[in-house]
Amino acid sequence: MKIGIIDLIKFKTMEKDVLQNYVSKYANRIKSFLLSIFKFFIITGISFVILGPVISIFSNSFFSSTDVYNPSVFLIPLDPTIDTYRLAFMRLDYWNTLFNSFIYIALITLLQILITSMAGYGFARFEFPFKKLLFGCVVVTIVLPAYTIMIPLYQHFRNWDVLYIFQIFTGSRLNLLQSTKPMYLMTLFGSGLRSGLYIYIFRQFFRGLPKEIEEAALIDGANTWYTYFRIMLVNAIPSVLTVTVFSMVWQYNDMFYSRLFSIPSSHNITFRLSTIQATIAFVDQVKDPLVSQLYVYAGVILVLLPILIMYLFLQRYFMEGLERSGIVG
Amino acid sequence: MKIKKLTLRQKKAISGLLFIAPWLVGFLVYYVSSIFLSIKFSLSKIDIAGSGGYSAAYIGLRNFKYALFEHADFNQIFVDSLIDILIDVPFIIFFSLFIAMLLNTRFKGRSLVRLIFFIPILLGSGAIAEALDLATQNIQGGASAMFSDFTPPSGVNVDYILGVFLDLGLPLGLVDYIVDLVSRIYEIVRASSVQIIIFIAALQSISPELYEVSKIEGATAYETFWKITFPMVTPLILTNVVYTIIDKYVTSEVVNTAYDTAFTTYNYGLSSAMSVLSTIVMCLILTVVCVLISKKTFYYN
Repeated sequence: MKIGIIDLIKFKTMEKDVLQNYVSKYANRIKSFLLSIFKFFIITGISFVILGPVISIFSNSFFSSTDVYNPSVFLIPLDPTIDTYRLAFMRLDYWNTLFNSFIYIALITLLQILITSMAGYGFARFEFPFKKLLFGCVVVTIVLPAYTIMIPLYQHFRNWDVLYIFQIFTGSRLNLLQSTKPMYLMTLFGSGLRSGLYIYIFRQFFRGLPKEIEEAALIDGANTWYTYFRIMLVNAIPSVLTVTVFSMVWQYNDMFYSRLFSIPSSHNITFRLSTIQATIAFVDQVKDPLVSQLYVYAGVILVLLPILIMYLFLQRYFMEGLERSGIVG
Repeated sequence: MKIKKLTLRQKKAISGLLFIAPWLVGFLVYYVSSIFLSIKFSLSKIDIAGSGGYSAAYIGLRNFKYALFEHADFNQIFVDSLIDILIDVPFIIFFSLFIAMLLNTRFKGRSLVRLIFFIPILLGSGAIAEALDLATQNIQGGASAMFSDFTPPSGVNVDYILGVFLDLGLPLGLVDYIVDLVSRIYEIVRASSVQIIIFIAALQSISPELYEVSKIEGATAYETFWKITFPMVTPLILTNVVYTIIDKYVTSEVVNTAYDTAFTTYNYGLSSAMSVLSTIVMCLILTVVCVLISKKTFYYN
């Protein structure tokens, strides 16, 4: 701080203030410095805990079969190879399966967002009879362990029909198993993978939005559906993105329903991954588990990469771009 | 014929029902019948026929009695799982809120760190975890081997630190609680990754004007947290508590026991009784927790 000659007269009275200013400035600087060190340690520590397994999977995926049996090799392979990747690539039928999986997942996610956000909005903003009871049912669908309903579901889709229409016209019911149809149907009717949770997230979010938005829309002459699609859903973009990310990741990584409905492995790259070790053991005659696990690691990296890239891409909107949108914009 | 005009309230009720209609249809078709079937299973003795069908004979509450009073360890597993849930939930909530707030501030390499915190969702469960499990099981013959293999070894002498804390006069229970949590840090980080993302979304939906105002009015960071951040994220604290309890329950020993009873010993009746029983208890716990937290929850309106 510069002090002029005229100010010197006032110096005695100012002295105390200036000193205090300096002290608080330095105290603030030290405080923020200590805080950032603290932050750095916590974040690095936890990142290490998370990354530990990933690093060892990644480095193991480059091991050749001699490295596995060499006790002096740790993390850095002596004889690195990409043969593991080549074989994993082939046995996963990588590009085809990935393409199919992504189309399947994207469609399911779109349906999830549409249906669950509608239900969430309905529960958040409207009064109708038995609302609390029905919402209790949503919670029950989240809590109920999925395997308790797996046998009825299996039978339902094994002999699928709507009001006996197919039975009357074709003489037999449809078998929807071994296709992706059961998953589409269940998602369309709000019973897909973790749909209950998404309804819950949307309901909580819509309850947090101010009611004035809809009142304003109503006065301006917008009907309920217009208000929902053009105003509320746009304001709910943080939740929409959260649900998008969760839905894509969980659907991508789903095992339970894929197995129950025997969804073809050409539409499900992670399901293929879970059988890659057996495939390689039988087709390529790699029977040694220590060696064949290397192919699994390479496969894991191949399967993880696209979803991580997708997340990085979404994160730009999901995390950064939203700060300005706020609640009401 | 004269059509009676609907009141505004009735109109709103109808559009509300239309909004939830798809879900309601799905619930009735896929869940209600299945739930009834589960309850019927739990009240009967199931015999699997050779052709793949089954026959059910009504035996009343015998399955429930067997699960509660005669089964070797269902009781103990059930109580243990409940206690585990109650211990972990508060810590996971605070931990994830804390991390979400750290990740929500600006620093270099933030998007990388957020990417890292996202990985446990992928590795934690599902097909990828299963593939890894299988690979290590084939070698070492145990799923638990995976943990020892992939979690970084700690070179810290825990007993020494424990001794220091005890010498300081901290109560043994508290020290045990903390040591237990720290030694399971990987598990806890994995269990809170979804909650962290939900909290970050919540933190970002707080309008920045609120912070500006409080800064101008001269509020400290501490006051800002308790008067603005915390109240504004309470709706999602409720969501996260519910999610954490359910997630812990779905991956707990009780569900595993019931699954094993159904698919390794083929006792569908007993398994259904176990899952009906535990689902009812979980619903009760969730209701109590929701009622308690909703009282403190702040909604913007």
